[in-house]
Amino acid sequence: MSTPQTLYEKIWNAHVVEQRDDGTCLIFIDRHLVHEVTSPQAFEGLRAAGRRVRRPDLTLAVPDHNLPTTARLDSHGQPIPIADPESAQQLEALERNAPEFGIKYINATDAKQGIVHVVGPEQGFSLPGTTIVCGDSHTACHGGLGALAFGIGTSEVEHVLATQTLQLTRSKSMEVRVEGELRAGVSAKDVVLHITGVLGAAGGSGHVIEYTGSVIRALSVEGRLTISNMAIEHGARAGLVAPDDTTFAYIKGRPMAPSGANWDAAVAYWRTLATDPGATYDKVVSIDAADIAPSVTWGTSPEDVLPITGIVPDPSAFADPSKQEAARKSLDYMGLTPGTRMTDIEVQNIFIGSCTNSRIEDLRAAAEILKGRKKAANVKWAIVVPGSGLVKQQAEDEGLDRIFTDAGFEWREPGCSACLGMNPDKVPAGERCASTSNRNFVGRQGPGARTHLVSPAMAAAAAVAGKLTDVRALAN
Amino acid sequence: MKAISRVEGRAYPVGLKNIDTDVIIPAVWLKTISRAGLGKGAFESLRAVPGNVFDDPEYAGAPILIAGDNFGCGSSREHAAWAMADLGISAVIAPSFSDIFSGNAFKNGLLAIVLPQAAIDRLMEVARTYDIHIDLETQTVTTPFQDRFEFEIDPFRKHCLINGVDEIGLTLKSSDAISVYEAKLSADRPWLAPNPV
Repeated sequence: MSTPQTLYEKIWNAHVVEQRDDGTCLIFIDRHLVHEVTSPQAFEGLRAAGRRVRRPDLTLAVPDHNLPTTARLDSHGQPIPIADPESAQQLEALERNAPEFGIKYINATDAKQGIVHVVGPEQGFSLPGTTIVCGDSHTACHGGLGALAFGIGTSEVEHVLATQTLQLTRSKSMEVRVEGELRAGVSAKDVVLHITGVLGAAGGSGHVIEYTGSVIRALSVEGRLTISNMAIEHGARAGLVAPDDTTFAYIKGRPMAPSGANWDAAVAYWRTLATDPGATYDKVVSIDAADIAPSVTWGTSPEDVLPITGIVPDPSAFADPSKQEAARKSLDYMGLTPGTRMTDIEVQNIFIGSCTNSRIEDLRAAAEILKGRKKAANVKWAIVVPGSGLVKQQAEDEGLDRIFTDAGFEWREPGCSACLGMNPDKVPAGERCASTSNRNFVGRQGPGARTHLVSPAMAAAAAVAGKLTDVRALAN
Repeated sequence: MKAISRVEGRAYPVGLKNIDTDVIIPAVWLKTISRAGLGKGAFESLRAVPGNVFDDPEYAGAPILIAGDNFGCGSSREHAAWAMADLGISAVIAPSFSDIFSGNAFKNGLLAIVLPQAAIDRLMEVARTYDIHIDLETQTVTTPFQDRFEFEIDPFRKHCLINGVDEIGLTLKSSDAISVYEAKLSADRPWLAPNPV
């Protein structure tokens, strides 16, 4: 009998083209997503070296980071020019490079356009058991489908374009097992924030994490994508959730997914991928679902997580001296005083969106809280940015857009938006934002912006209360 | 990639842990289609603080930076490595790096050297007044005070750095092996070919 293998080992072994004596492997890449920010220099490199794209059929290009989320067509149906000349130049570069190298390109006014990590799964481009890369660290997201997916730099983007492979060494493996039953008001986002708090921002460094346990199994694919999306926030380059019937039901019928006899063959293969009984991980972390509350961040690292019922920590309470210093700097930047109750922190901005939380289930969860309610007067800016044009359409079909606009939110066009503020959507300096995105770094949502990471339902609750709030007090 | 085997000179004693890629180069600087000129935006938020090490004449032109745990965490932006190189930095020494940053650094001939926290503490002290020497051949970091710290590096990466290897050119030598793999894939998993949309 063969040695029991983990899901990660199975995917890795199925993609080794060559292995060198020092252990470095040439790994085949099944899917490559390309966006406008990390690709121009890669295409320029190919051009300079006279190289072509080896497998344009395995490559999909979508603009997302720079796009304004305001209307894209004027009243005559003509595209509205991008005001920022640098953003326009970068978007034009992708629009030019994709056809020049024979790559499928989804343009900004196509209903299929959206954030790469929403578009890939939605189109059936991202599949279980595949290797997926993109010049974006949240590529880990696609691991929610059981794909080995990870972010790469621009040199690697160029390498994949030219060779459809990467030179890689095998990572260590970690199991993060979440068992039990989630408490009321606790979503996938709270689970992954909690995991990040437990592991720390570097806890998963050098590892690929497989998320297992009854909590993960019970999650929808949207929830699993949310969890795997933030693997990078606890240091793991990739996250994985074993594909199962929930996964297959999600993928079936999507435009680029296998169909007919190919579908049956694909599912048969995907069923072989789950970690074998007796396979071992380099590290195992167990988490009890009962310990997870609706969560929120207080600092400038995603590891700075507290239950919403918590209080701003005293930096001197941390054992690690470098963490003490980091916490002091964080609190100074965040304008917070130790001992303050999290529920006493006022917010002026609400952002519902990003590759972490912009899928239909996320919008439903936020709308559920907002139904029949309005944002508080002190909340100056509240926007919903659907993850794709198709998510937007579906939400409109369900009447969710009306719930948001009635509550005082702006209903926007899809893109990365205020997650990183490359487009005009920024949080003003010194103001706070309850944000469903993935990073609370200094300046992430705009220079001087103060970010509190939360779930979609918690963002909606904060909008209603005008301050960070326990969603359980508002649940309909 | 330009070859690199030695780095010597002053080092910015930064020391902080979890220096993320938004700190190294904020997103507003990513709207470029070139690799050049990003040094202007490097460490923008740290440089906004009066008396910061980057604007201290004591460290002007320092080719080394010393940091705390998990340097380069966050985004995959290679702009972080480009910005540091543009600032004149050729090596970073830290107790740990994010996986993506360390790969990006390597692709740009920027040394990402891992040393234990005790060595970092000592180097932070020396860096305030003296030069630090890094030798990739012998895998050592030394100071004028007989400090000698050995570091580990992947042999393949070491070879590429010292010889300035073009990694794409190297992989293209395996084109036939890739073709063989692709043919086997088409036979074994024909459903992997995406339906055109």
